Amino acid sequence: MSAIKQYTDIFTTYSDAINAHSAPVLNAVRPDALNALENARMPRKGDEDYEATDLHEMFAPDYGVNINRVNLTADPAEAFRCDVPNMSTSPYYFFNDVYHHDGDTLTPHRDGVIVSSLRKAAEDYPDLVARHYARIAPLSNPQVALNTLLAQDGIFVYVPQRVALERTLQLVNIMNVAQPVMAVRRVLVVLEEGAQARMLVCDHTQSRTVQCLSNQVIEVSLGEGATFDFYDLEATADTSRRASSLWAHQAAGSNLLVDGITLANGITRNDYHISIDGEHAETSLLGMAIMGGNQHVDNHTFIGHNVGHCHSNELFKYVLDDHAIGAFSGKILVAGNAPKVEAYQSNRNVCASTTAKMFTKPQLEIYTDDVKCSHGATVGQLDQDALFYMRTRGIPEHEARTLLMQAFMSDVIDGVRIEALKDRLHHLVEKRFAGALADCGECAGKCLRNKK
Amino acid sequence: MLVIKDLHASIEGKEILKGVNLTVRPGEVHAIMGPNGSGKSTLSSVLTGNPAYTVTGGSVEFYGKDLLALPPENRSHEGLFLSFQYPVEIPGVSMVNFMRAALNAKRKYFGQEPLSASEFLKLMREKRAIVELDNKLASRSVNEGFSGGEKKRNEIFQMAMLEPRLSILDETDSGLDIDALRFVAGGVNKLKTDNNATIVITHYQRLLDYIKPDFVHVLYKGRIVKTGGPELALELEEKGYDWIKREWD
Repeated sequence: MSAIKQYTDIFTTYSDAINAHSAPVLNAVRPDALNALENARMPRKGDEDYEATDLHEMFAPDYGVNINRVNLTADPAEAFRCDVPNMSTSPYYFFNDVYHHDGDTLTPHRDGVIVSSLRKAAEDYPDLVARHYARIAPLSNPQVALNTLLAQDGIFVYVPQRVALERTLQLVNIMNVAQPVMAVRRVLVVLEEGAQARMLVCDHTQSRTVQCLSNQVIEVSLGEGATFDFYDLEATADTSRRASSLWAHQAAGSNLLVDGITLANGITRNDYHISIDGEHAETSLLGMAIMGGNQHVDNHTFIGHNVGHCHSNELFKYVLDDHAIGAFSGKILVAGNAPKVEAYQSNRNVCASTTAKMFTKPQLEIYTDDVKCSHGATVGQLDQDALFYMRTRGIPEHEARTLLMQAFMSDVIDGVRIEALKDRLHHLVEKRFAGALADCGECAGKCLRNKK
Repeated sequence: MLVIKDLHASIEGKEILKGVNLTVRPGEVHAIMGPNGSGKSTLSSVLTGNPAYTVTGGSVEFYGKDLLALPPENRSHEGLFLSFQYPVEIPGVSMVNFMRAALNAKRKYFGQEPLSASEFLKLMREKRAIVELDNKLASRSVNEGFSGGEKKRNEIFQMAMLEPRLSILDETDSGLDIDALRFVAGGVNKLKTDNNATIVITHYQRLLDYIKPDFVHVLYKGRIVKTGGPELALELEEKGYDWIKREWD
């Protein structure tokens, strides 16, 4: 059976239950998703932009889907206490893909701000959600189509014109399964003209023996002059599979920062598609992966400059040790008649072992003359001269290597626009390189497991 | 403290040192001079354990220990220091973290507790004053964006922090204007005691006006071919190396 068919079969068999546990706005798109999947296949390793990762294999295992939205009996507020020191966040949780919000910490949203379960938002504000849901992420992408077919819930963030959310929204995804489960999560963020928000997503896996798959689609719509920070942090386990794609649309003068960080995982494929459709928009797309063991991280990016006078800056860095496999493929497209675009892309990688592998493919496609663009990729070892220099000062080789690897990542971390999170990330990365794998208690969200 | 006997070393199969003999005692200052390519920098690299070089013969004892058997970090802990001809820039590693790692590694080697943050910062302040290193430099990444003079001053600052028993200054004068040279040499002289020793590697007599050597050696084609007092340096300054080359070629 093809990887897709088992899920379309689930849908056709249980569509009533799926629809009954979701909202009409979400249900309305499912037939289109089913159509799109009819002749689709999951990308195989070796396909264009899938040099190292096989999505077919990722989706092939017989994963269960929580169709009946069985709530976990555990109370996340009991099981988790999340805080980044000196950073006040509004936390929201997904247990696998079941939305949970701790009522006590709910900040009453004023000024028409909505932060809620996507299903509930789609029931309470059907027109608003329908205007944006499944509008940016295309069903031609099989991962998106599959997500759209089965997604019953998620989180909806809406910030009206010229409203700034003071607190960072924190979304904590916790996978804890007794049998193989696919979590289907949907995130929809809409910022109207001049609105501002920041969001931190932390992915964790507690089940260390059972394989699980996160299938996540994030749609972001930024109105004119809106500002949005999106920090996407994965600290999961080697049993975790993750296929996540972010699709953003930027109107004129908007400012988007996306920072994707992988500290621990099993197999991960992240897609970041950013479409810049208004002049004077700015985009920072940052990413890093720290990998050892058999970790596998594949980031694919696309930044489309569809109009002139906009600016993007992209930097992805990987440190790979042991038998880790890393992949980066990124394309910057400057459309015709898009003058004065500035777009920079860089992918730099350190292979710390002879058995680690890195695949990289930077691409520029430009149809306008008057632009400033650059792209480049490097794969290398640690600077041997620096290593020797440090050792002559008495710093043991292992420690010197750690310091150099941390230093290598520092410019990605310095791109973070929340001071407390930046400090926390420096600390986490230091820990990660020192061999103390980020546990829940050591993640940016600092979720202390099973502690009051 | 240091006894080098018949030291041979090569890089990528090419023999550079061809039997170096040298003995250094506490309190002494030795100058090693010689034309380009004679093996001066190779000698300092081999003594500090640069993995690019292979020792093919001979021995080096440092306070009775077989220096060549120690990894570079332990040579440092035992009290050997090299001021690099070309100090390495390490973007992203702050001077503070770098020095703290170095100092605490040494303390650990001798079974001591790490320094507290306040003790460490106090020490940084004291030692910075010796070479008049700007606080701004101390808070930046190691050598990143430093001028040539600042880099050399930073080397001497590190030397002050680590309090080595034997310091090798490899072409410390290269690329320095006269004021920077004075600061650097002044720092070295302030750190001088009867218990430590210095090997100054240089092309020119100029530095030796500021750091007075007890012995001057001429290294040529991988061997020390001549040894004398400070007057030998003056003679070399005046006559160049040709007369030595003629003697040995």
